[in-house]
Amino acid sequence: MSLTALTGNRLRARRVALGLKQGDVAARAGVSASYLNLIEHNRRPASQVVLARLAAVLDQPIQAFAEGPEGAVIDDLRAAALGWPLAETLRVEEFAGRFPGWAQVILGMAQRIAALDAAVAAVNDRMSHDPHLSANLHEVLSVIASVRATAAILADPEGIDPDWQARFLHNLDQDSARLAKGAAALVQYLDSGGQIAAQGMAAPQEEVEAWAEAADWQVADLHLGAAMSASAAQMAAELQAQVRADLAAMPEAEFAVELARLGPDALALAAHFGAAPLAAFRRLALATGAGLVICDASGTLTLRKRVPGFSVPRFGAACPLWPLFSALGRPMVPIEQVAETPGGDRFLLRAFCQPSYPRGFGGPELRQAVMLILPSTAPATLAIGSSCRVCPRDCPARREPAILM
Amino acid sequence: MTKQILLIEDEENIAEAIRFILSRDGWVVQVIRDGAGAWAMVQQMRPDMVILDVMLPGKTGLEILTELRAHADFADLPILMLTAKGQGRDRVAAERAGVSAFMTKPFDNSEIRAVVRGLLGG
Repeated sequence: MSLTALTGNRLRARRVALGLKQGDVAARAGVSASYLNLIEHNRRPASQVVLARLAAVLDQPIQAFAEGPEGAVIDDLRAAALGWPLAETLRVEEFAGRFPGWAQVILGMAQRIAALDAAVAAVNDRMSHDPHLSANLHEVLSVIASVRATAAILADPEGIDPDWQARFLHNLDQDSARLAKGAAALVQYLDSGGQIAAQGMAAPQEEVEAWAEAADWQVADLHLGAAMSASAAQMAAELQAQVRADLAAMPEAEFAVELARLGPDALALAAHFGAAPLAAFRRLALATGAGLVICDASGTLTLRKRVPGFSVPRFGAACPLWPLFSALGRPMVPIEQVAETPGGDRFLLRAFCQPSYPRGFGGPELRQAVMLILPSTAPATLAIGSSCRVCPRDCPARREPAILM
Repeated sequence: MTKQILLIEDEENIAEAIRFILSRDGWVVQVIRDGAGAWAMVQQMRPDMVILDVMLPGKTGLEILTELRAHADFADLPILMLTAKGQGRDRVAAERAGVSAFMTKPFDNSEIRAVVRGLLGG
């Protein structure tokens, strides 16, 4: 049983609740009043013997004064102090005990900071890496520049030739129409959050993933979205064909039996069913709640089945430390690691890369790497992030400064 | 002799506004609307200054800038780059490639006039 600085608070609270004076309790427990005062104010720890006597006087089991739910406060304060080297973390228990209100203020602010960090990261991820958003913003700014320049010409007190005036008024009319249309589309796109925009401003891959996520990735017999772009519809159909082939090769009932026997081991399942390893990874991810990411030889993520707690960047490059990319460089070698995210969540990551030669000896080698993402409670051996831009870690693989540093 | 400016800008209306503004200041402004023909035009025209947008069809402004700076004849040519993106990395890339000046859109007409005067010594 561990005692914490909050022990003093609890002793005091119990004494006051019983209407007992400090001196009386101290005398009955065989300690001085001044010593009990120091204990109650968390300036001195109480030994087990003294605590047992005080517990008896206060008619409570000793456990009532030991570590309880408030231990989580200590842990949270330690977590909030991460990255703040000046924080006196060795005295966190004393602080929490003496200033419980301030402790809650700090925790509340830490939670708010974490929420704002996540919101900034999400916005920045969009603003920096969303090619459609970037292109639309550029269009809007270009038109604004044209409007600004033209309006300044027309407003020139020196005046301009009537023909030029008419020409620039016409340009202004054109630009303002473009601006209105562009701004409206931009607002609609931003309002849609991660959802598909009717104007087809989302990348086809995003459309497909959103379509699949809405059906919990049970896409084998799913109707293709009527509002899908042509590219997305083609990609969705290809995914459907793959999933159907996977189901045919690894039928539901037998797969469930083998999954129970072998666990989430895609390579063992592939060997049992005589299926391609990538198919087994896909089958496993879609049959369970596991996350899945697939990349091509350039490292571009071509499929993202997300799992809570494991952030996969929407645009741009992912964390280079992911086993997915290690597998890319070591084809046909299974790679497995327990990794921890900046948020403290741990995941068992199983990655594998399979080369293929669709055009035979005369054609190029294609590589696809896949990584299964399974929540884990095992000790982590690898610290990872989502992408460098939003990762707070001091990391040798950092590609660019983080916006949060 | 009147100095000549080559403006490489695909947005027709802003190109027209910039040409109008600079022409009133006495510069002769020639406009082309895509990056692919920029190199040939520069070689043919031998302008005293180039103004180019970052985002262009055919070839980007940064590619054109790099190409010009790699040629001895244009190593010191005054080049003003315009962009609606305005991100730090665009500016850094342009400065590394040897741009003379960098402006973000939208800009004040007086601003571009002053930059051109400064670069051409007018």
